Amino acid sequence: MTFTIPIDNGDALKNAEADSQRTLYPYVTGTSIVAIKYKDGVLMASDMGVLMASSLCKFKGFMVDNECAGSYGSTLRYKNIERVKAIGKHSLLGASGEISDFQEILRYLDELVLNDNMWDDGNSLGPKEVHNYLTRVMYNRRNKFNPLWNTLVLGGVKNGESYLGMVSMIGVSFEDNHVATGFGNHLARPILRDEWRADLSFEDGVKLLEKCMRVLLYRDRSAINKLQIAKITEEGVTVSQPYSLKTFWEFQAFHNPTAGAQGSW
Amino acid sequence: MDLNLDAPHSMGTTIIGVTYNGGVVLGADSRTSTGMYVANRASDKITQLTDNVYVCRSGSAADSQVVSDYVRYFLHQHTIQLGQPATVKVSANLIRMLAYNNKNMLQTGLIVGGWDKYEGGKIYGIPLGGTVVEQPFAIGGSGSSYLYGFFDQAWKENMTKEEAEQLVVKAVSLAIARDGASGGVVRTVIINSEGVTRNFYPGDKLQLWHEELEPQNSLLDILNAAGPEPMAM
Repeated sequence: MTFTIPIDNGDALKNAEADSQRTLYPYVTGTSIVAIKYKDGVLMASDMGVLMASSLCKFKGFMVDNECAGSYGSTLRYKNIERVKAIGKHSLLGASGEISDFQEILRYLDELVLNDNMWDDGNSLGPKEVHNYLTRVMYNRRNKFNPLWNTLVLGGVKNGESYLGMVSMIGVSFEDNHVATGFGNHLARPILRDEWRADLSFEDGVKLLEKCMRVLLYRDRSAINKLQIAKITEEGVTVSQPYSLKTFWEFQAFHNPTAGAQGSW
Repeated sequence: MDLNLDAPHSMGTTIIGVTYNGGVVLGADSRTSTGMYVANRASDKITQLTDNVYVCRSGSAADSQVVSDYVRYFLHQHTIQLGQPATVKVSANLIRMLAYNNKNMLQTGLIVGGWDKYEGGKIYGIPLGGTVVEQPFAIGGSGSSYLYGFFDQAWKENMTKEEAEQLVVKAVSLAIARDGASGGVVRTVIINSEGVTRNFYPGDKLQLWHEELEPQNSLLDILNAAGPEPMAM
């Protein structure tokens, strides 16, 4: 059920935003998700940090004024948000981007799973079907210029087959052996391209993901040192407790980098 | 200097919601500004939704008032239909529904707090955009920027009612000291199984912070207290 307060946003001829109801920019966002297929299924890692955009010109005008859209720095607002959720019996959904849109997607999926159960016919939605549904939702919202501001990672196992795919906020959708969102695309995937194998054990898979998450921790300003790794196999879903990774700072070069040239960095 | 009296009424604000062992304490400052002018220096930003659920409002005064009014109306009908008091979670989700579906039009951050018989005292933060986050404590409004570090250090689980209220009053008072958009008095609302208590803390009841001076009636009192010719040798 939706309830839209009836308002007049101005003359539709002069004001481009007048008759549209679209998400203009994200406020409360989560950072990278990194996921890999492994021997028994799929592993997905995310950190628990969620940022809030802050903009000094927020109170200046109304939403038509898009020059206020950039943020003046960001506050690490919430440090305990789970961005990976189980969907039905066979899938795992991880999301980066606007959290309110992710919560809305979870509501859509709740309805999808409910209807699936109501058939009571012994069949259940697999990861491929959920991925397809999400792709349609994201692409159709993009076509209406009202995107759900998320990049989604969908992983799962059904009938012994592992599945891992991704959908972006503009509806770009694909499957792969390893995927990552946001900064993870740039920092984690090169590591995965080099070191991923189809027969990774659970332990090796976790170590590989932790290697990626550590790099993100060093180099992604929006990452925090509190992460969860979720596992999905034929048996079902397990989401680990939140934990922190050790980091390394003892390079000689780090000890006194400006000794030779005061004022440099 | 342009006061810009036509600027929309905005509650710069500091709002806080804290759970304790038995209920919740909500707190807020009392300043509503129109540009640089303080339109109302004694506003009440902690608004009742039902007997057992209140909401702290921040951001646009108009938007937060209208959202609260709609939700109060829905909750009233929901309570009649349900036959018992609405839960805090339902209240939070109704606010979320309005905040999310109208995210382009609204500029208001809210903190919902209350007590119900199923879950006890609960606090839900609903920032811009319509995300709902259940938290043991929540801070919001422009003044909250100055309180992240404070709460990281001072927050503890399972405080008593007195400890929780003192924490809230101290925090709002600290934010008022640094945030130009927050000011006035500190209001608190305590909600638990026994009911609701409203408290009011004007500036003279609060502790003084760095570079703040004891308020006086007049310079003359200071001069007289010091003696007739203090510097005569």
